[in-house]
Amino acid sequence: MNRSNVAHDLPQQAGVRVRKLNKWYGEFHVLKDIDLHIASGEIVVICGPSGSGKSTLIRCLNLLEDFQQGEVIIGETPLTRSAACVAGIRRQVGMVFQQFNLFPHLTVLDNLMLGPRLVSRLSDADARALAHEYLERVRIGNQADKYPGQLSGGQQQRVAIARALCMRPRIMLFDEPTSALDPEMVKEVLDVMGELAQDGITMLCVTHEMGFARRVADRIIFMDQGCIIEEAKPQDFFDNPRHERAREFLSQILSH
Amino acid sequence: MFKDHIVKPRATDNLTFMGTVAAVTFAVTLFAGLGESGLGRLMAPILLDLHAPLARDLAVAVTFTLTLVLNLFVLGRFPLRAQIITVWCELLLMFLLFFDTFDLSYAFIATKVGFMITQGVFTTVYVSAISIAIAFVLALLGATARLSSNGFAIAIASFYTSFFRGVPLLIQIYLIYLGIPQLGYVVGAVPAGILALSLCYGAYMTEIFRAGISSIPRGQWEASRAIGLSPLQTMLRVILPQSMRLIIPPTGNQFISMLKDSSLVSVIGVWELMFLARTQGRAEFRHLEMLITAAVLYWLLSIVLETVQARLEKHFNRAHR
Repeated sequence: MNRSNVAHDLPQQAGVRVRKLNKWYGEFHVLKDIDLHIASGEIVVICGPSGSGKSTLIRCLNLLEDFQQGEVIIGETPLTRSAACVAGIRRQVGMVFQQFNLFPHLTVLDNLMLGPRLVSRLSDADARALAHEYLERVRIGNQADKYPGQLSGGQQQRVAIARALCMRPRIMLFDEPTSALDPEMVKEVLDVMGELAQDGITMLCVTHEMGFARRVADRIIFMDQGCIIEEAKPQDFFDNPRHERAREFLSQILSH
Repeated sequence: MFKDHIVKPRATDNLTFMGTVAAVTFAVTLFAGLGESGLGRLMAPILLDLHAPLARDLAVAVTFTLTLVLNLFVLGRFPLRAQIITVWCELLLMFLLFFDTFDLSYAFIATKVGFMITQGVFTTVYVSAISIAIAFVLALLGATARLSSNGFAIAIASFYTSFFRGVPLLIQIYLIYLGIPQLGYVVGAVPAGILALSLCYGAYMTEIFRAGISSIPRGQWEASRAIGLSPLQTMLRVILPQSMRLIIPPTGNQFISMLKDSSLVSVIGVWELMFLARTQGRAEFRHLEMLITAAVLYWLLSIVLETVQARLEKHFNRAHR
């Protein structure tokens, strides 16, 4: 792979289709008949009260959580339980976690190079070039040799985003990426995500950052008690939510 | 440990504290009646020509108490590091003086110590080193099996740890040395010893590894699997390097303990340090000399291992400065 086209052009984006997805934790019905279609390149924000199943839903998309019924299709590939299929899907789907989950024993650079080297089978030099490009992109190029523990929360989360991007995913999943951050660090992470959205990557983002949702999202999905209750354009959702629970949620979250 | 920032007056300046220490030391030494003991002989120049037993006891008790209190008072003024080093040296000196009272023949030790090192220490070290290496692999396999979702693996691993942790090492050594020939293979004493030590310590270390591996947060597995690493790659590149931080201190303990437990294989006639310690002194009835020499050699070996352990801990802690 030659260096100039390693990072700049994104791989072809893919959409997500979820049909009749049901999931139980024992007796507890966490996800109820979820139907969802996300177009390639679309930015979707999922919000809702805690315990509504939004994190569980996006964790089902790369099978970090199992589900009992329904089907998930990433791009054109249906998600099955076979090792090969799951490996293929995970290569296409990048994920960013609330707790960053960087590898604390590796430097920032090694965190980024691990996947490209072991999974994408890039040479050391190519993996390094790729890692540096994405580190620059999340504006953290000068911290490559530090350990995650030496960085601020905001920097760690940007490294985590870069780590996911290094696998050149077709879809990015964000699981409350700013919920564990100090308030003054939220913006730097949201800015990086906003830029990513402009590049046209498919993004599914669970977040409580309503300002971000309004500015960046193509569509808002509101969940409560395991169901998708409302799907709307940001403008419609914020100015004129149709459901009582969505109105309540918005008044709660916007009032403080 | 948490170091608080409260400023306290020095205990060694406190009259009540020092008084109590002095009183207790005096009472204990006097009660022990040390006038005719090794300690008394050491203090012969001070005792002059006191002959009444009580007077001798009293003189020894007074001298000992004064020395101790003065020593405490002076050492209390030293900075921490100097305190540690001085107290270490003092304890070591007392230890040596204690052994000296045994009236040991150093000439005898000098004639034997070379052989004890070339034959005994050498055998002990290589038996332990090989056993440690095998135990490490067994522990890794055992822990992975225990944590897997494979019924056979879990059953085999838990049966293994249960048996080898539950039966005394000495019995295991006999069982292996005497049992395997029943199957038609004749095993030498050294391979049998190594096998017993590795199986036993592998079982203990399985539990250490298991605890180390399961203490790594779930998020690390998820992040690694989400970027596409296989379960094996996740284990080797992400989980194990992090568990090492937690695995090494107790494993170092196990290694030091194994070094000494390797003395048990002397029962099947392996010429390691303990075997020589018991046999070399026999002819001239100098058991104590050889036992003390062996003790010192074991101790020195352990100190080497402690140093290695400290180095390793530092290495795996480098991301957590």
